[in-house]
Amino acid sequence: MDFDLTEEQESFRKVVRDFAVNEIAPHAEAWDRDHTFPVDTVRAMGDLGLFGLPFPEEYGGSSSDFTTLCLAIEEIARVDQSMAITLEAGVGLGANPIFRFGSEAQRQRWLPDLCAGRALGGFGLTEPEAGSDAGGTRTRARLDEGSGKWVIDGEKAFITNSGTAITSLVTITARTDPGREEGGKPEISTIVVPAGTPGMGVQPAYRKMGWHASDTHGLAFADCRVPSDHLLGERGRGFANFLAILDDGRVAIAALALGTIEACLEQSVAYAQHRSAFGKPIGSYQAVAFKCADLAVMADTARSLVYKAAWLKDQGRPFKKAAAMAKLHATEAAVTATREATQIFGGYGFIDETPVSRFYRDSKILEIGEGTSEVQRLVISRQLGLPV
Amino acid sequence: MNVVVCVKQIPDPADPGALEEDHTLKRDGKLILDESDSYGVEMALQLADAAGGGDVTLVSMAPNNETSGLRTALAMGAAKAVLVSDDALSGAGALDTAKVLAAAIKRVEGADLILAATESSDGYTGTVPEQIAAVLDLPSVTFAKHVEVADGTVKVQRQTESGFDECEAPLPALVSVTAGVVEPRYPSFKGIMAAKSKPVDQVTVADLGLDPSAVGWAGAGQEIVDVSPAPERQAGEVIEDEGDAHQKIVEFLDGLKVL
Repeated sequence: MDFDLTEEQESFRKVVRDFAVNEIAPHAEAWDRDHTFPVDTVRAMGDLGLFGLPFPEEYGGSSSDFTTLCLAIEEIARVDQSMAITLEAGVGLGANPIFRFGSEAQRQRWLPDLCAGRALGGFGLTEPEAGSDAGGTRTRARLDEGSGKWVIDGEKAFITNSGTAITSLVTITARTDPGREEGGKPEISTIVVPAGTPGMGVQPAYRKMGWHASDTHGLAFADCRVPSDHLLGERGRGFANFLAILDDGRVAIAALALGTIEACLEQSVAYAQHRSAFGKPIGSYQAVAFKCADLAVMADTARSLVYKAAWLKDQGRPFKKAAAMAKLHATEAAVTATREATQIFGGYGFIDETPVSRFYRDSKILEIGEGTSEVQRLVISRQLGLPV
Repeated sequence: MNVVVCVKQIPDPADPGALEEDHTLKRDGKLILDESDSYGVEMALQLADAAGGGDVTLVSMAPNNETSGLRTALAMGAAKAVLVSDDALSGAGALDTAKVLAAAIKRVEGADLILAATESSDGYTGTVPEQIAAVLDLPSVTFAKHVEVADGTVKVQRQTESGFDECEAPLPALVSVTAGVVEPRYPSFKGIMAAKSKPVDQVTVADLGLDPSAVGWAGAGQEIVDVSPAPERQAGEVIEDEGDAHQKIVEFLDGLKVL
């Protein structure tokens, strides 16, 4: 049994930590305050190779394993969830569907820019009235025989990286069964819609509780036409495709949550040693010390689940249950950890002078995005063989 | 164009340093690339790139065949390294170090330009680059804040207290660069993986044709008799504002002759 990372993984973790501390941390508060999506910093993350980590070099990637990607997301999340989710979504939801399900021509066309961080992709799954019940997708795509184009109508909601200055495409799920509306399962397919395609409206950015520097929009499709070769993977396989994409994404989101818990632990212990109350450091009181102890347990349990799930995936073994468990535990722990860290910081935890207030606002979405905690429990229950 | 960069591997400044019995810095753990050398590595990579190709070769001297710091510079993009590691070098002074590095540089064929930092972050003598140039009988320019190479000449903006001097030297030459010369890149994952298999030529003092009994403590001709901690900083002066604080601050600054 071996809990050590490779020497190269440790070296790269240090590089990403230095990058996060030097290039992201000093600006994170201002980006959050001003709702700025920092294109130059995202490009710099691209220059570091972050957006192409797990993809083959022939498409501009680095051929790393999945664990290394999780390490990078974890390190960025230690200072800023907005940039961490930009990376996670850029890789997991932007590039990954193209790589997993795209034809060679589609990969050659779209992946190099996505891997280099010159462009970002989004994944349009959620709709105003279809979230966890993604099978309830209402957006339709009809193949127009005359022009040979897909004609898309419908709406998507909460799509990360869909409206940045460098967004190059959004992969959407749509019903492609106009003739079989009544009865039977809907046929869902995935289609790539390049940014700027007439008929795709990018709605104004949401006003969010957290993730202020991350780009999130609703999308409206009205007679939006893309060539027939923009179908990604087999027609009718859209449902299976996005379930596979979400398994990977769950581990990556869990890694993001892990970074946040670690940051809470580190900053809380430092604060508890320096901040005094009643003449002694607050860390000398059990009320605070025990909270720090609990944060350490949260960090270690989350790390164990995240790295195990990533390792299982890298070994080519089944990891669906491990991914759901990692996401469920790490994200719920992150919400608890940020709440407790805010409590340790007291009044200072409620003002933007300390990062923990931002971490607290940012963390709630972790229990919702890329599969809610309830969906994770459903996945785990079904893996246990329960008829739920 | 082929560029040689002198790089030092030092104990991590983030960890508290410890001293050996002979009062030298303990260097038996993992060593990292001296940050001040990352500027020379980046400058070398950019110059080779601008010249349309050529190798960047690292030259280093460190105990225990330590390569951790070299791997960082190789991950940034340097092609190969020469590492001099020899127990005989324990206690080496600046001049010895320069002689050893000069001999190592001679092993690199076709070096057009040699770059070094102005000084290391652990030793701070700030004399080794010019000593290397003297040993190799090369022109040298110090404190470069900007470096260009064209037509067999290196053009340097040399940082001064009031601005900079424009200097030129024919190649081959040695240039010491400041931390302002370029912004070092972060090594990529691909770079880190590639660095694993880049060649590091590990040599001893004897391999370089030097006499092991004439270097290190023997060659330094010096002994560190004692080491004292730097005096702790005195507490600052607190001025209570009783309506005349601004006056007291002006007087204080006046006393420092900064006004």
